[in-house]
Amino acid sequence: MKLELIGITKRFGSLVANDSIDLVVEPGQVHSLLGENGAGKSTLMNVLYGLYDPTEGEIRVDDKPVTFRGPGDAMAAGIGMVHQHFMLVPVFTVAENVALGNEAVRGGGMLNLQETRTRIRRISDQYGFDVDPDAVVEDLPVGVQQRVEIIKALVRNAEVLILDEPTAVLTPKETDELLGIMAQLTADGKSIVFISHKLREVKAVSDVITVIRRGKVVGTADPSAPTTELASLMVGRSVSLTLDKKPATPGEVTFRVRDLTVQADNGQRVVDGLSFDVAEGEILAIAGVQGNGQTELTEAIMGLQDHVTGSITLGGNELVGRKVKDVIRAGVGFVPEDRSVEGLVGTFSVAENLILNRYDDAPFARGLSMSPSAVEKNADEKIAEFDVRTQSASAAAGTLSGGNQQKVVMAREFSRPLKLFIASQPTRGVDVGSIEFLHRRIVAERDGGTPVIIVSTELDEVLELADRIAVLYRGRLMGIVPGTVSRDVLGLMMAGMPADEALAQAHDVQGGNL
Amino acid sequence: MSTATTAPARGTGDATVRSWKNPIILSVVALFALLVFALGAPGNDVTFRLSEENDPIVLPSIVVSAQLIGWLAAIAMIALAVLAILHTRARRKVPTWVPAVFAILFLIAFLTWVVGSARTPNVALYGLLAGSVTLAVPLIFGSLSGVLCERSGVVNIAIEGQLLFGAFAAAVAASLSGSAFVGLLAAAVAGVLVSLVLAVFSIRYVVNQVIVGVVLNVLVSGLTGFLFSAVLSEDSERWNSPPRLPVIEIPLLADIPVIGPILFQQTIVGYLMYIAVAVIYVALYHSRWGLRTRAVGEHPKAADTLGVNVNRMRFVNVLLAGVVAGVGGSFFTLVAVSGFGRDMTAGQGYIALAALIFGRWNPIGAFFAALLFGFATNLSNVLSLLGTPVPDQFLRMLPYVVTVFAVAGLVGRSRAPGASGIPYIKG
Amino acid sequence: MTPQDDRPVPPATDGGAPLTRRQAKDTARQDEVRLENAVETAGGELPPPAVPAPAGTAAAPESTLLQRIMTGNALVAFLSVVLSLILGGLLIALTDPNVARASSYFFGRPQDTLGAAWTAASGAYSALFQGSVFNVRGESFSQRIYPLTQTLTVATPLICAGLGVALAFRAGLFNIGAQGQILIGATFAGWVGFTLHLPAGIHLLLVILAGMVGGAVWAGLVGLLKARTGAHEVILTIMFNYIATNLVLYFLSTPAFQRPGSTNPISPQLDATALYPPLLGSAFRLHWGFVVAVLATVFVWWLLNRSTVGFELRAVGANASAARTAGVNVSRGYILAMAIAGALAGLAGVAQVSGTEKVLTSGVAASFGFDAITVALLGRSSPWGTFAAGILFGAFRAGGVAMQASTGTSIDIVLVVQSLIVLFIAAPPLVRALFRLPAPGAPRAGKGGTTTRTPASTGAAA
Repeated sequence: MKLELIGITKRFGSLVANDSIDLVVEPGQVHSLLGENGAGKSTLMNVLYGLYDPTEGEIRVDDKPVTFRGPGDAMAAGIGMVHQHFMLVPVFTVAENVALGNEAVRGGGMLNLQETRTRIRRISDQYGFDVDPDAVVEDLPVGVQQRVEIIKALVRNAEVLILDEPTAVLTPKETDELLGIMAQLTADGKSIVFISHKLREVKAVSDVITVIRRGKVVGTADPSAPTTELASLMVGRSVSLTLDKKPATPGEVTFRVRDLTVQADNGQRVVDGLSFDVAEGEILAIAGVQGNGQTELTEAIMGLQDHVTGSITLGGNELVGRKVKDVIRAGVGFVPEDRSVEGLVGTFSVAENLILNRYDDAPFARGLSMSPSAVEKNADEKIAEFDVRTQSASAAAGTLSGGNQQKVVMAREFSRPLKLFIASQPTRGVDVGSIEFLHRRIVAERDGGTPVIIVSTELDEVLELADRIAVLYRGRLMGIVPGTVSRDVLGLMMAGMPADEALAQAHDVQGGNL
Repeated sequence: MSTATTAPARGTGDATVRSWKNPIILSVVALFALLVFALGAPGNDVTFRLSEENDPIVLPSIVVSAQLIGWLAAIAMIALAVLAILHTRARRKVPTWVPAVFAILFLIAFLTWVVGSARTPNVALYGLLAGSVTLAVPLIFGSLSGVLCERSGVVNIAIEGQLLFGAFAAAVAASLSGSAFVGLLAAAVAGVLVSLVLAVFSIRYVVNQVIVGVVLNVLVSGLTGFLFSAVLSEDSERWNSPPRLPVIEIPLLADIPVIGPILFQQTIVGYLMYIAVAVIYVALYHSRWGLRTRAVGEHPKAADTLGVNVNRMRFVNVLLAGVVAGVGGSFFTLVAVSGFGRDMTAGQGYIALAALIFGRWNPIGAFFAALLFGFATNLSNVLSLLGTPVPDQFLRMLPYVVTVFAVAGLVGRSRAPGASGIPYIKG
Repeated sequence: MTPQDDRPVPPATDGGAPLTRRQAKDTARQDEVRLENAVETAGGELPPPAVPAPAGTAAAPESTLLQRIMTGNALVAFLSVVLSLILGGLLIALTDPNVARASSYFFGRPQDTLGAAWTAASGAYSALFQGSVFNVRGESFSQRIYPLTQTLTVATPLICAGLGVALAFRAGLFNIGAQGQILIGATFAGWVGFTLHLPAGIHLLLVILAGMVGGAVWAGLVGLLKARTGAHEVILTIMFNYIATNLVLYFLSTPAFQRPGSTNPISPQLDATALYPPLLGSAFRLHWGFVVAVLATVFVWWLLNRSTVGFELRAVGANASAARTAGVNVSRGYILAMAIAGALAGLAGVAQVSGTEKVLTSGVAASFGFDAITVALLGRSSPWGTFAAGILFGAFRAGGVAMQASTGTSIDIVLVVQSLIVLFIAAPPLVRALFRLPAPGAPRAGKGGTTTRTPASTGAAA
């Protein structure tokens, strides 16, 4: 099936998310859509999938114009989509999820799940998916959930499969498996639209690459094009992919974690016996695929987790068992991974968000009474210092762009003397311009002598910032390696191989560097 | 291909974080049972009558010693509590049958004790049960209405209003037409009208669902109250003297002792109730409509991406819920008494809401929860006739206290549909 | 469904089940989406825990004053009231016997029907006005303004309890339980009032304190259960209302509460020292409780907007996850918010038991607890908005009684009008559509524009 998008424009009010985009997806091809966060890739795919009506433009399937009034129409036309955030009902079984919207029924509208199970098994066998139709989705690992999503599309006879940032939640090994599945699918004549902002992946899988910036197609590239060329196309200017930073001059070790174990409410050990140190003036990056205990680790340090055993000391003082407020008062700055949920109160003003964890300290409050003028003054200063683009200090923080929201969070955390700085996914969903700014601020904090912990699932970011790298896998520490280590080693560690083995193996197969 | 996982390992380490909540509650209650039902048992025998003397089939009455039952139940409950403690200490999950059996034992012990302590320690069990079912009828309809709404993601606080408006419409339509069945139909329509407002405001205009529900109840109360005094009481002969629905007795089956009258000697509203529970249960879990309804209530966006029209699905379900609750409302004016009275539903809609939660958003669960609440209400009525040591008010607050315990998770956690109460905004 | 032009920002309420952390996060995320949607609507539509626009967030500079009035919330509020009154008037007219009689020959002389309808509706409303604001037929000045003082008297408990609901709202809690809190507050206050015999001044102070403690304990229990078990406060407060009613009935059957020699559930009269003194002399029923209500409004305003406690409560209400991460004790926030809300409802109980009723019965709360919810909603959960809404609804209630007495129109019409007002105010797009007003933010836009959402953050795009 040949799919064409011609002059697709999508406006939200005054904002142009897609500006007359042309795209042709040939059968049996992997067509990658490369672009930064916010470039308009997902919007375009939502238009293609019938979730948004295009403001202008036309979609053609096999040279015939079509209009999609909803996802149902798109699916009927042979388009399937695997969303970045899986669209699975967690309490349903695999069969129920696959059946939904496309139910096999007996008389009287009664479900015939047996029919659905048979179809799932057929597809599962064909591609070697190993999916149990009666498993409840919320009990399945992420990688399997993704396959359920692919099955959903295949059951509906999808000829074009849209994969929206499919590797974000996968281990390197699972990513390889996904790439294998993609190869099988294209061999069957199906075409794939692969959306990503990760250059290396895109280069590895694509037949054609279309680069999108600020809602416009800025070019088409060959997968063999050099990485730097793709990057500058994507960002719109030549970018140095490395940050200029001086080598670290680690001082005294002030932050120690010993035998830290965190249990989830269901008893699972989500952090399992961690021990590590961070010295003043160094950045320890914590790498790993999402969901391997990083969130729980940072939250345990902050006092946000309930079942914590072991010891965390900062400057000799024990933090385990302390209240969040005490940890903050002890000089720990924290940028949580999901700023809109944990970092900011969206309906509060920028000014209020800038004092979110200092509202009861002088000069913002005296006793119970707050001082609006001090709050305003602080806001004006921080907005200027961090170049936060906002209409005013009293604008609701939720109205800011992702990068500016993150600047608000950083500004707040950096505005008091810190003894430890922790940032989780500091640049997720942030535009490139802000990324550079935020990275420089983090390095500046290190150079000022603060121990820094960065948690990131993006290898690029980890390699850019880290002086040392700790890799977490299933809540366990796979080892701590220098910041100069190769990607291969990190990839092996992220898949669960201890550091020494990974170093040895990477040494053996030296050369296959992506 | 292997199923390599990225999720944190399952099953590493301990099975669960030990929770002492269950064992502690069971122990405390068992101790209470020992003190009150066993040590405090009255010395006399208790008689439970199973049938009337002139019934076709006469069963002998059950006569038991209050002390014997009290002690047996208390000891069994203590044993269960100990079992729960042992399980928890061994970091094993307490089996689900333990609290269930515990609750039944408690109920038996309580009933024996409370009847035994009454001035007349003799109660007609068949009447107690039949009365409970009767009182539970509107509750069951109400909670089914809640099931339909909440399962599709709309919180329905307006059950009270649906019941009240159904009762009002049934009375007026039946009086004007002279036919109780026209009244039944009108009740359904009235329920739908209330639902329509709920749907339009909460789905179309995305007004907070709880707000709409609360306000709708006030609106219906005011509207029916106003019309009652302005119209109905001006000429109650014409407007407010509905004929009653006849009781349809199924031959032979109705003669079965105890359960015969409950199942086979009902008005059409009573039979409709059983049908509604069964139909909604089967449809919810085994039909296309049910799958889509549950999906829309759990993860509307997922349903949307598969071509299910979320808001239409919700709209239809809310309207259906109106039919169900409206019919339930007709019970008040066509079955219970003949005629409408101001605010006659008296908060039953809220108890239905509680039954829905206590029944864990499941039609069958809601059915039994409503029965339990009906039983509690009926028991308080019966006991006040028998002369009981427990103040009437405490028996009356029983359903509410039980609900508080239920939602506080002390009687097992209940999990609401994921998207219940959250409006779906496309995009 | 066609995309809606402007959308309210409803408070984050969920089903009615324990809220897990993940659900809370999801809810917060939903809120973000809704917030983004609301960006378009300049100022948001519906209030609840949403923050009132801080000073300085005026509409876009180029919009004229007229435009702002035309698209603003004030106009919608005004039109909602007008629309509700019209609908109520129609209802009065439709059920009026004279109208019915005239309508039997409607096609012969339609003006009779219309005239009768006008007479019925205008008669009722004029009685309502005269019973709530100014009695034209009064012989002396005090007789003429007597209705206004009645309005303020009725408004007193409405304002107090309404403030309680509003405050809880701002902390993200849907407090349906003002009714029970008023009852328990009144019970505590009443008991102190008729059991203890203390000197004037101290006695009243103690009565007020007891009422506040009673309400605070009753509501705080809900906060505690919510914080500890995750139980949903809507269900809890509804249940607590019924439990409170039965509890009070039980108390009133015990010797400690029941009036000696009586078998009815009624308490002895409160001591004179335990009563609010009349504010304008003994000719009027208005008492010092009204002044307490004004002070309570000032206090709540300060608490919410100028105190650290209010900052915490608002943060918890707007985004509990972020508040927790910022070191706010969310559990304590829930308990505190409910306790303060309960104390305010308890003040309403005090106003009833030692201001208006002077005895404790199970009906001492009338339906003030439920009216308080509509008052808080109408007042958009802001302290002074609630104050104004309380006076409006107080006028409806006071006037309704007079109306029922003079024209025979049932006071239930007041409930109808009140609930309609709240419904309309909650759905500004409906009101705008009915009156063909321009939507905010799109002064010239017709219907076609799909201004569904603004991806203010990068959420919508890749």
